[in-house]
Amino acid sequence: MKAWLKGTMAAAVGVWGLAAVAVQAEEMVRIGVAGPFSGAYAAFGEQQWRGAEAAIVDINRGGGILGKQILLIKGDDACEPKQAMAVANRLVDNDEVQAVVGHFCSSTTMPASEVYDEAGILVMTHGSTNPMVTERGLKTVLRMCGRDDQQGTVGAEFVVKRLGAKRVAVLHDKDTYGQGLADAMKAHLHTLGLTEVMYEGLTRGEKDFNALVTKIKAAKADAVYFGGLHSEAGPLVRQMREQGVDVPLVSGDGIVSEEFVTAAGGGRFVKNVYMTFGADPRKSPEGKALVARFREAGYEPEGYTLYAYAVVQSIAAAMQESGSYNGVELANWLKRHSVETVMGPKSWDAKGDLKVSDYVMYQWDENGKYAEVE
Amino acid sequence: MNSYVIGQQLVNGVVLGSIYGLIAVGYTMVYGIIGMINFAHGEIYMISAYLTAITLAVLTTWGVDSVFLALILTLISSIAFTALYGWTVERIAYRPLRRSTRLAPLISAIGMSLVLQNYVRLAQGSRNQGVPSLMEGNLRLVGENPEQFVQVTYVQLVIVLTALISMGILSWTIQKTALGRACRATQQDRVMAELLGVNTDRIISVVFVLGASMAAVAGVLVTVNYGSFDFHVGFVTGIKAFTAAVLGGIGSLPGAMLGGLILGLSESFFAGFVNSDYKDVFAFSILVLVLIFKPSGLLGRPAVEKV
Repeated sequence: MKAWLKGTMAAAVGVWGLAAVAVQAEEMVRIGVAGPFSGAYAAFGEQQWRGAEAAIVDINRGGGILGKQILLIKGDDACEPKQAMAVANRLVDNDEVQAVVGHFCSSTTMPASEVYDEAGILVMTHGSTNPMVTERGLKTVLRMCGRDDQQGTVGAEFVVKRLGAKRVAVLHDKDTYGQGLADAMKAHLHTLGLTEVMYEGLTRGEKDFNALVTKIKAAKADAVYFGGLHSEAGPLVRQMREQGVDVPLVSGDGIVSEEFVTAAGGGRFVKNVYMTFGADPRKSPEGKALVARFREAGYEPEGYTLYAYAVVQSIAAAMQESGSYNGVELANWLKRHSVETVMGPKSWDAKGDLKVSDYVMYQWDENGKYAEVE
Repeated sequence: MNSYVIGQQLVNGVVLGSIYGLIAVGYTMVYGIIGMINFAHGEIYMISAYLTAITLAVLTTWGVDSVFLALILTLISSIAFTALYGWTVERIAYRPLRRSTRLAPLISAIGMSLVLQNYVRLAQGSRNQGVPSLMEGNLRLVGENPEQFVQVTYVQLVIVLTALISMGILSWTIQKTALGRACRATQQDRVMAELLGVNTDRIISVVFVLGASMAAVAGVLVTVNYGSFDFHVGFVTGIKAFTAAVLGGIGSLPGAMLGGLILGLSESFFAGFVNSDYKDVFAFSILVLVLIFKPSGLLGRPAVEKV
């Protein structure tokens, strides 16, 4: 190819590319939604996307942010740290987002939030509960959910005081979230004067935990605590029941999905399973209309759906009120103000954690539904 | 340590080992005949899990309520479709590379594995899928204390029996039939077998089909046992079964079964009596040790220079 032709083409492509970016950047507020949209935890990604999408539709209908419409950009991290890094870099460099909703798994939020922090972009996670997410002193990281140390405390109190357990087996999935949760549980058990009879990790992606169940049985555990997600919790509880280990299984927000029932192989296996999760946002008066709208569209806004909605609301409120897209300014605004969300008013402390966290205990029944423990 | 706990871990290990063994057969046969590792084999097993769920759903709508009949029909349909997958994979991804370097079919196999995984994910979604439990109940050996028992569920019994029967049929086919003779001839010396009138391309296809059928059996049994699966189950199990094949001596059928059993038992006992955090570390350390001291695997024969 002749040199002049090459040059002309490059220039043409360059100008065209620039123009496209400039027009879009001016017209729309770009918000990234990063989470597990594929992989074993895609159910949580779907909750996140449904929530965020509904929020965008509502805000855009109400005139957008500072007169601009919002555009959502999806980033699939499959709950894998290395993919999360790639997604984070893409959202920052190519998509030039102004804020990020996500990620979901703590193991992906932690590395990805460093990328956003460096680029000065606000990131608010709807579901990463590991304490280290906000403990690292990053300036632009906030969350819409509680922390595992709070969750573990509620879990431990419940196991000891309500269930009256004396011999507790603590299991986890060796992941940032799962082990963090199990550690928090263990620590609070110790403060309650109880030592666990077992503390072990299983392997994510496996389905056979029979050896571990036999060990639980031999240890005569009268309650099992599991830090991890539904795809391992399901087979675990089923194999417990099949080996005749009928003690309660207590877990955290990693199993708050109907898929837990599928993974366990049916409702009758999930009886006597408990989990900690924030007070059901579907019951809050602020979200009533929204929940009804979701149900009308044939979608049950379970788990983290409304959390994602509230995250978008908070980001939008911060941008609207502070008139800025700078991550640090947005984070500082949020840390000083309270936001009205579908889950009620929310406010944050200096670390970026919610000032009030509302973990309560839920119980699964034999129909595969969960309800708050009275 | 109580004897009933040891007995229970033995049961756990044998069941797990039978499954690893069944899948390992596919790796070992393909390696035996064309000297390549079929990394898409774990995916074949995963596809069988989906076929099981689909067949069971169809049978339910037809009103089949005999568990035995349902199991047999599911096995037949799963083997049929999975064998078709095995044949197609060989035809598309490996046969065109038959005369290329050794590396090419290996890469192609990894690619095939990713293709199958993502194809199933797109077609079936990435959610967990479940099947209802077909068989309830178990056999219990109760000791003096009723709290202490060794338990074998009926499903676990079916797993071990089916594994034994399928391995029996396979060994018989390889050792006693004309087809098996052709397989063994091709394994020994493909060029010579071809000169003597064996259609080696067809034999290689047959080996892929046989390997896939064993993976199909494993897929059905595992699905019925654990009740849930997703598009990703082929990966971990595939790697474990591959390890079992190498441990037993890749290329050797009894080796695959032995390797599976050793792997299953070592995982169960290590998880049960030491620490499940490190059970894979332990299992793979055994593999490394075996390979250091007997590079051809436990029952493998050292490669002989053909003259």
